[in-house]
Amino acid sequence: MSNVAIRMEGLSKKYHIGGKQKRSSRFGDQLVEMVASPFRRAGNLLKGRHSGASDLEQDFWALKDISLEIQHGEIAGIVGHNGAGKSTLLKILSQITEPTTGYADVFGRVGSLLEVGTGFHPELTGRENVYLNGSILGMRRSEIDRKFDAIVDFAEIEQFIDTPVKHYSSGMYVRLAFSVAAHLEPEILLIDEVLAVGDVGFQKKSLGKMESVSQQGRTVIFVSHNMNALQRLCPQSVLLSHGKLVAQDKTSKIIEQYLTAVSSESIGPNQRIDLSAQKRDGTGKVQFESVSYAGDDPSLRYYPYTDGPLNISLTLLAKTACAVGSVAVVIFDRYGTKLVNADTLFYGRSINLRQGANQLQLRMDQLHLNPGMFTIGLWVADPPGEIHDYIPSAVLFEVVETEKENIRVGADGLIPVKFSITEA
Amino acid sequence: MTATNKPLQKATIPPPENGTDAKPVIRIQPTRGWTSLKLREVWDHRELTSIFIWRDIKVRYRQTVIGALWAIIQPFLTMVIFSIFFGRLAGIPSDDVPYPIFSFAALVPWTFFANSINQASNSLVNNAEMIKKIYFPRLTMPIASVLGGLLDFVLAFIILLLMMFYYGFVPTINILWFPFFLLLAMMTALGVGLWLAAMNVQFRDVRYMVPFIIQAWLFATPVAYPSSLLSEPWHTIYGLNPMVGVVEGFRWALLGTGTGPGPMIFVSFFVALALLISGVYYFRRVEKIFADVI
Repeated sequence: MSNVAIRMEGLSKKYHIGGKQKRSSRFGDQLVEMVASPFRRAGNLLKGRHSGASDLEQDFWALKDISLEIQHGEIAGIVGHNGAGKSTLLKILSQITEPTTGYADVFGRVGSLLEVGTGFHPELTGRENVYLNGSILGMRRSEIDRKFDAIVDFAEIEQFIDTPVKHYSSGMYVRLAFSVAAHLEPEILLIDEVLAVGDVGFQKKSLGKMESVSQQGRTVIFVSHNMNALQRLCPQSVLLSHGKLVAQDKTSKIIEQYLTAVSSESIGPNQRIDLSAQKRDGTGKVQFESVSYAGDDPSLRYYPYTDGPLNISLTLLAKTACAVGSVAVVIFDRYGTKLVNADTLFYGRSINLRQGANQLQLRMDQLHLNPGMFTIGLWVADPPGEIHDYIPSAVLFEVVETEKENIRVGADGLIPVKFSITEA
Repeated sequence: MTATNKPLQKATIPPPENGTDAKPVIRIQPTRGWTSLKLREVWDHRELTSIFIWRDIKVRYRQTVIGALWAIIQPFLTMVIFSIFFGRLAGIPSDDVPYPIFSFAALVPWTFFANSINQASNSLVNNAEMIKKIYFPRLTMPIASVLGGLLDFVLAFIILLLMMFYYGFVPTINILWFPFFLLLAMMTALGVGLWLAAMNVQFRDVRYMVPFIIQAWLFATPVAYPSSLLSEPWHTIYGLNPMVGVVEGFRWALLGTGTGPGPMIFVSFFVALALLISGVYYFRRVEKIFADVI
């Protein structure tokens, strides 16, 4: 007996990725390369090689042999680290890209939300964009007519509905964009991480809206890094890792497994992360060689958690013995907002380095970060002005939810704070 | 939810449950070789196409001072320049009609063609974000670009009618053929536009090629001069450039000069048809990699 909404059989997707090209930093060489490469590419094309790509290309399986059935009315979560293939899977199911092998049968009208505000045009008014965006998402004109008031109402922008959206604040913009998307009513809905828009209040409202959508008997596939939202919305989830389906279970089990799995990734805690291939700037007189992070007991596997400690261990390579005025560890959120800047400059201390490798420990006593994904940037410089090495994105790490079973309500502010309440 | 570990097989699509609640079934799988054109799907998305047309028109002249007047000024000024340099100074013949209306009758469809292929060739690349994030039949975009050019065409055409009135041209029965030549212009524009749009996704060189193609094509088309300069069989062979058929046909239908339906127009029509069909096939063939490479 089947009441299948989506059936996947051996879905795989291969991408060609460009290999690392030897790059010369000398301008002259780059100029020669610029002039020569079109001829080489054209030559490759004539030899019948597809798209004139170089020899250095290699294949990469973003998805490998995914077989899965999802029943009608099921709300399924997809969990996995960055690059596990979650988005690729949604893209295949929404027909944006084709699988390389395998197939999927989809029973019912599919709506996909891989991004909010796709196709919004800044010159058009809010009203016009509702129609444009709605049509792109697959709504009929009559359907938009019918839902128009509800959309505007939900976005809370009645006064500005006839203003070009280029004059909107970013908050108004995403509210309207989400609101259009939230009123999409297909039988099968594919959602990728779109809840992470707007301010906290609106995020809460969005989550509530998604909850009510999912209670209308729709089939929903939901991809998110937000463990909190996943737990609230999806009873069942699957775990993807390196393009493979590794587990499916109750969402709480999957999250647990995911958090354990994260540590075995190369970017996980306690492991030294080689920084030689990272995008960086600076004179190179002193360079970060590797970095790792850990909790208080370095022998234990550690996941950073809200208000927990973070010990960062740095290996610096100095070309000559020297003293540097500023070594800093910076933490950015997903939007690139600099949240933390732990800089030795703050203490007016200079760091003495010997020639060769130097170890440096930096400890943050309390990580005032809510659960989510964050980026560590590294910086070494001689103020003012002389930057030796700056790696804006050295490590991606996750601050985990510690109380997995009981979702803490209100843990959605940007910064956690210890507080107490006294009743008079 | 159940993971199915059945071996991969060519499964048949199961019949809908109970027959009462038949859900549409979409089979998502790799396509190989020549794919179906799925023109039905494009037709089903005509509302989306019209929304794209409406958006393009709406945005085109936003924040300009004279707005849609640009649609008229562009061909009109070209006509003035052509009249001065080619008509007056170079003394190029104009099939015994005043040179200004001779060139303008050709510039109106030419401008439509040039703008259309320019818009169409960039239609996918300019909407790359959308293509990466949403599924819809990609054909709707170049189609919308070409259809969206019709508004400018109509505006310029009104000026052409006024000029005909000024020069005392009374339309003859030939005008019944006019829709055919307009269709020929649209077919040519869409055919070329589809080729360029699809290639542009993979090879951004197209972006730099298009202005040059348009310029060279203008000189290869009897806009500033009459095709009667050529004698047979070259005159018919000239029809291999489908815009020759369009331009000469416009003149014949409206002014009574130039070349009426005959061997040359016939050749142009088949070349335009071949361009369009091959364009749609090529587009469909490479469509599947758009989202991956754009």
